[in-house]
Amino acid sequence: MAHRDHTLRWLALASFLLVVIACFVPGWLLNQMLFASARGLAVLGLLVLWRAGLVSLGGALFFGLGAYSVALLQRMAGITDALLLLALAAGISGLSGFVLGFLLRRYRGIFFAMMNLAFSMILYGAAVKNRALGSTDGFGVAQPSFFGITFAEPADAKLALFAVLVVAGYAVMCCVHWYWKSTLGWLGAAVRDNEIRVEYLGYSVERVIHVKYTLSAVLGGLGGAFLAMGLGQVDPDSMINWVASGEMLFVMILSGSASVAAPFVGSFLFELLRTYALEVAPLAWQFIIGATLVLLILFAPNGVWSIFARLFGRAAAR
Amino acid sequence: MSPAIEVIGVAKAFGTVVAAADLNVAVASGEIVGIVGANGAGKTVFVNMITGYEKPTAGRILFHGQDITPLPPREITQLGICRSFQVSQVFTSMTVFENMLVALSINRNRGLRMLRDIRQAPLAREAEELLGRFGLAAQRDRLARELPQGMRKLLDIAMALAARPRVLMLDEPTSGISSEEKFEFMSVVMGALAEGNVTVLIVEHDMDIIQRFVSRVLAFSQGRIICDAPPAEALSNAEVIQYVLGTDHAVA
Repeated sequence: MAHRDHTLRWLALASFLLVVIACFVPGWLLNQMLFASARGLAVLGLLVLWRAGLVSLGGALFFGLGAYSVALLQRMAGITDALLLLALAAGISGLSGFVLGFLLRRYRGIFFAMMNLAFSMILYGAAVKNRALGSTDGFGVAQPSFFGITFAEPADAKLALFAVLVVAGYAVMCCVHWYWKSTLGWLGAAVRDNEIRVEYLGYSVERVIHVKYTLSAVLGGLGGAFLAMGLGQVDPDSMINWVASGEMLFVMILSGSASVAAPFVGSFLFELLRTYALEVAPLAWQFIIGATLVLLILFAPNGVWSIFARLFGRAAAR
Repeated sequence: MSPAIEVIGVAKAFGTVVAAADLNVAVASGEIVGIVGANGAGKTVFVNMITGYEKPTAGRILFHGQDITPLPPREITQLGICRSFQVSQVFTSMTVFENMLVALSINRNRGLRMLRDIRQAPLAREAEELLGRFGLAAQRDRLARELPQGMRKLLDIAMALAARPRVLMLDEPTSGISSEEKFEFMSVVMGALAEGNVTVLIVEHDMDIIQRFVSRVLAFSQGRIICDAPPAEALSNAEVIQYVLGTDHAVA
């Protein structure tokens, strides 16, 4: 019997509720939600790769590229409209991913992971050593306008940015959900399982990986662009450094690959975990983070989404 | 009409080891050809060269007159030469039905149509129909990795057939299948193939299968074709007996 897929309806409802909730939460929590959702976009990009059996250790490459694109476009081209900045940042990131994809689509396993890390470290080095890019301190990002409207209150601007982020996030989730159900999406699992069979069915494995890599770059860039605007600044250490890439991988494992919404939930849990770990043990917060990761891999290797799925009595979607 | 497959002066060497030496053979459309030979005789290399997995060091391979020698496997597959493998190549994390859907979808969709939902009704119907032809309908929702060897091989061949091949190459289809089941297995396969006038090349060690299911035998030894004849004649050929069957072999 055909199974009706209500995922997008539930996501639409959840997105709407999220915007409503955001209107009433304190500023610090709104910030957490904004940062988590921005990172969630980038993690969703990594998830697209992971479903094809590819792990990138350089997720921050496109995240940082998106963030710095916003900052530089604002500073050098005088663009202030949030939507235009987002579109351009995602486009620049996607184009970079497309170009790099010609090289990276040939690599698998540890070489794919490390090549991504290598490129992210090149970008990091360029940002740190370049005064025009703000060097180690980075530089500020001004509050953007929305459809020509500039909010007088920063809190209102942040709420507007979060609303845009939720709408963009929903659109992205719809696209990725749709993509995963398509032939091209299924080819991710096919490539992970058996590259030889994919080639002998008449399709290019490299093309499959190239498409996924470019999509991942677009999502990474979009996430970075949102974070730059939400944070009001860009800096290499929190956006391009390998630690940022590691955090994204942590969130990916925390989230699991069962749903397009999982990275956003996982990312929010990570923000909370890190915040409270810092509060509880300022000098040993990494201990809590590390222990959480160990427990997660031991007891919920398919991520927190699999726990939700079990709690709600639903088999985790593939 | 040009032959379906024409191999002209093809040679292949791995360092000093000669895997194929000056092979010249033509296979007509609709023929069912058995490829026999001892281990290391060059049978699989022959199949690998036709399907693009290995490139010849000399010579040309033509498919209906078109030179396919330099083409990669996927382009050769797109032209209509498909294959199954000695070790079945399926998508182990997917169900049997999903394996078929992916195989069909790749071959029925191109360009932006690759972004359409894979569970389209026509594709699903075709997948069910193919699974039925291969006796796999009851296994529809089983994960491919859970299938017994024989069924996994059937799925492998069914997936190759999803591309509507004009030439199908089966590399040791009955290896790993018990002697009691092999005839039934091959009957299912040949029955499914009979509907499409497919040219079939079967690499096979089992001479009972060769005698029963093929119309022509290519016997290989040390990278050369030592005999090209109908099964009865080939299996009683002195060289074939010496180099392929063994001197104590007697053909019924």
